[in-house]
Amino acid sequence: MMLQYEGKVRIPSGCAISGMINKKGQLFPGNDIVKSIALMHERSNGLGGGFAAYGIYPEYKDLYAIHMFYDHNGAKETVELFLNRHFNIKLSEKIPTRKVSSIKDAPIIWRYFALPREDKLIESGLDENEFVVRCVMQINANFEGAFVVSSGKNMGAFKAVGFPEDVGDFYMLDTYKAYIWTAHGRFPTNTPGWWGGAHPFTLLDWSVVHNGEISSYDANKRWLKMYGYKCTLQTDTEVITYMFDLLYRKHRLPLEIALTAMAAPLWDEIERMDRKKRELMKSIRAVYGSALINGPFSIILGSKNGIVALNDRIKLRSLVAAVKDDFVYIASEESAIRVICPKPDRVWAPMGGEPVIALLEGVESI
Amino acid sequence: MSLSFLTPEFIIERNDERCIRCQVCVRQCANLAHTYDTEEDWVLADDSKCVNCHRCVTLCPTRALTIRRNPLEFKENANWTATAIREIYKQAETGGILLTGMGNDKPYPVYWDRMLLNASQVTNPSIDPLREPMELKTLLGRKPEVLQIENGKIKEKLPPQLELEIPIMFSAMSFGSISFNACQALAMAASETGTMYNTGEGGFHKDLRKYGKNTIVQVASGRFGVDADYLEAGAAIEIKIGQGAKPGIGGHLPGEKVMAEISQTRMIPVGSDALSPAPHHDIYSIEDLRQLIYSLKEATDYRKPVSVKIAAVHNVAAICSGIARAGADIIAIDGFRGGTGAAPLRIRDNVGIPIEFALAAVDTRLREEGIRSQVSLVCSGGIRNSADIIKAIALGADAVYIGQAALIAIGCHMCQKCYSGKCNWGIATQDPNLVKRLDPEIAAQRLKNLLNAWAHEMKEMLGGMGINAIESLKGNRLMLRGTGLTSRELDILGIKAAGE
Repeated sequence: MMLQYEGKVRIPSGCAISGMINKKGQLFPGNDIVKSIALMHERSNGLGGGFAAYGIYPEYKDLYAIHMFYDHNGAKETVELFLNRHFNIKLSEKIPTRKVSSIKDAPIIWRYFALPREDKLIESGLDENEFVVRCVMQINANFEGAFVVSSGKNMGAFKAVGFPEDVGDFYMLDTYKAYIWTAHGRFPTNTPGWWGGAHPFTLLDWSVVHNGEISSYDANKRWLKMYGYKCTLQTDTEVITYMFDLLYRKHRLPLEIALTAMAAPLWDEIERMDRKKRELMKSIRAVYGSALINGPFSIILGSKNGIVALNDRIKLRSLVAAVKDDFVYIASEESAIRVICPKPDRVWAPMGGEPVIALLEGVESI
Repeated sequence: MSLSFLTPEFIIERNDERCIRCQVCVRQCANLAHTYDTEEDWVLADDSKCVNCHRCVTLCPTRALTIRRNPLEFKENANWTATAIREIYKQAETGGILLTGMGNDKPYPVYWDRMLLNASQVTNPSIDPLREPMELKTLLGRKPEVLQIENGKIKEKLPPQLELEIPIMFSAMSFGSISFNACQALAMAASETGTMYNTGEGGFHKDLRKYGKNTIVQVASGRFGVDADYLEAGAAIEIKIGQGAKPGIGGHLPGEKVMAEISQTRMIPVGSDALSPAPHHDIYSIEDLRQLIYSLKEATDYRKPVSVKIAAVHNVAAICSGIARAGADIIAIDGFRGGTGAAPLRIRDNVGIPIEFALAAVDTRLREEGIRSQVSLVCSGGIRNSADIIKAIALGADAVYIGQAALIAIGCHMCQKCYSGKCNWGIATQDPNLVKRLDPEIAAQRLKNLLNAWAHEMKEMLGGMGINAIESLKGNRLMLRGTGLTSRELDILGIKAAGE
């Protein structure tokens, strides 16, 4: 049997994650995030690393920044036909990279700054975001050799097969400035090394970096499928991203409730709650039982408004948070925080299922 | 009458050196297989009356008894097997339909045994249920698509849910098909374990109504025992359309079993036959079912979930989609190995499909139509152990019903003669002398033990898979792999082959 890409086969992996935000929205370069994730070198195996950055395209902040991987020029041509039919493209360019000896077999890496075409949008009857989501899903599912790396506004994902510090060097992250950075180093147990399979996984301006292997995968995936989500990559990260998108964006659940559904309190704890809260929790577990993410995970979810970190409900993966002045740090290991922030004001290990929410000042929710 | 060509199916062997002539066997056998000859001081056996229920064997204080299959053989013939020949003899003698009890015993493949479960190794940790929480609690009932929340509060209350501590309920078994003591044992065990007992179409005996919170009351085609109080007395209402052992067939409790208690409970005259028609005569199509579902909901003020039970038949997926859209909160699918107190043999052995396929097809279909959340799925029909249940939930069930397994726990030995009314174990009988052999308290304890044992095993299996809440297993088909299945069968079950 030929070695299969992700999407054809499910590949479990372990990982390292790190994330940081300046709550005042001040931009800072990618050096720190690379340093932090590099410290956890041992948690990756060189088969995937990546970053998400928010605030990097101020000059195009109202346009969707579509980052693409193409395996060959043919794929680029067909996707560009599709994009031109559906979007007004303001700028199309190669994403600049630096030669790094350990990063090999790079696909064609391209980005577009674009807005949906007015006529297509009206024709579809969808709102702008949903229109973009559908287009992204269509490209990922139906266009051979093409993969949407990210599709949000004023943000982008940068990922590759390699160790994360090399990936950061490759994409020249020291030349970008963002107010949120998240990072991921991957330790897949079996992969042909496909660039699309690296993290972060994104949808619109959501990005997820994730460590763990969820055991509820197929239950979550089959439930999401009912709501039109095609899990083409067969990765946990993809499922978590879509789950959050469904609960928070589509079902409009308050952030805490959406997170509760994904890492619900135990029935024992629910029994001890007061009547109102008990009824609420019980309803969440009843309605969103299939949204419960089971098994070990720690994730950092990013959006233009901030970051949220979450552990599985019995904390089967490590996750540490810290605060220093306007910065909030989250990482798999405390050392990955201290390497860039030696004396934080506060450091703590969040409880299982207890989210860490760090938003920009003046923003109500993620 | 002409000579019977039927020879005994079993041989009763008595070790005369061990036999102390205590005559326990004589007193215990309702089929009168044992007799005592006072003059000769012999205990004699009439093999032809033996049904191999092990009552005498189990109670014999000196272990003097054994029952064997009669070694007598017909001339070898792959087509005309002994069973085929004997069935013709029986029908030639009686001119009647062949009756049988319990589930299909033919060697059709048991698909549970062709599916294997996953366990965590290295990449994620297995969870030890003795150290970590492990949740089996299950809520059955219609779930809204979206939970509407306003100011931190639920905008609209959830439709009624059945709360099960363990996703195993007792199947519908009527008072009539089984004894009062058996019903009581089931009701007690359900109530003490936090699950559900199901009245079947036997009415709800007044002495059992205290277990109402843990009872599903059934409304079937005969409407026996149904009135407003009955509907209110249970936690949920189940409309029985069909059952796996006899799809398309009604029921018949002979008048001689309809004694005072059954008469009162079923609300029919003493001694009258209780006939359940094959169809409900007010349900000739899906829109009629909708009317009955909503009549029952209206009658109980939308406070109780309504379940619809059907037999697993060829077109089960489309039928269940219709039932979900007709407003059912729970759908119970009973596979072709489901038990019964009495069914025509040909029906039991030849009609319906395996529950494994039915369940997979229904779950897949409801998901394709985006309505899986609208109903809970309960499956049943020959579930034998906790692994079958785990596999059922991974295929897509919310919970299961067990009937035969529950009866085996309280003494059934699968002799399949329930229809004779002479159950020596006091289960499928109304004979007061037989019924009193079944102590409801002891039987309830055995049922609780069984459920507890299975709960422990299920937790171990869940933990092994790295899952700590049963809902994360529901429809999680990646946890299953098939072995010895064709690719078509794998497709229908929606699972991969072992090694994939």
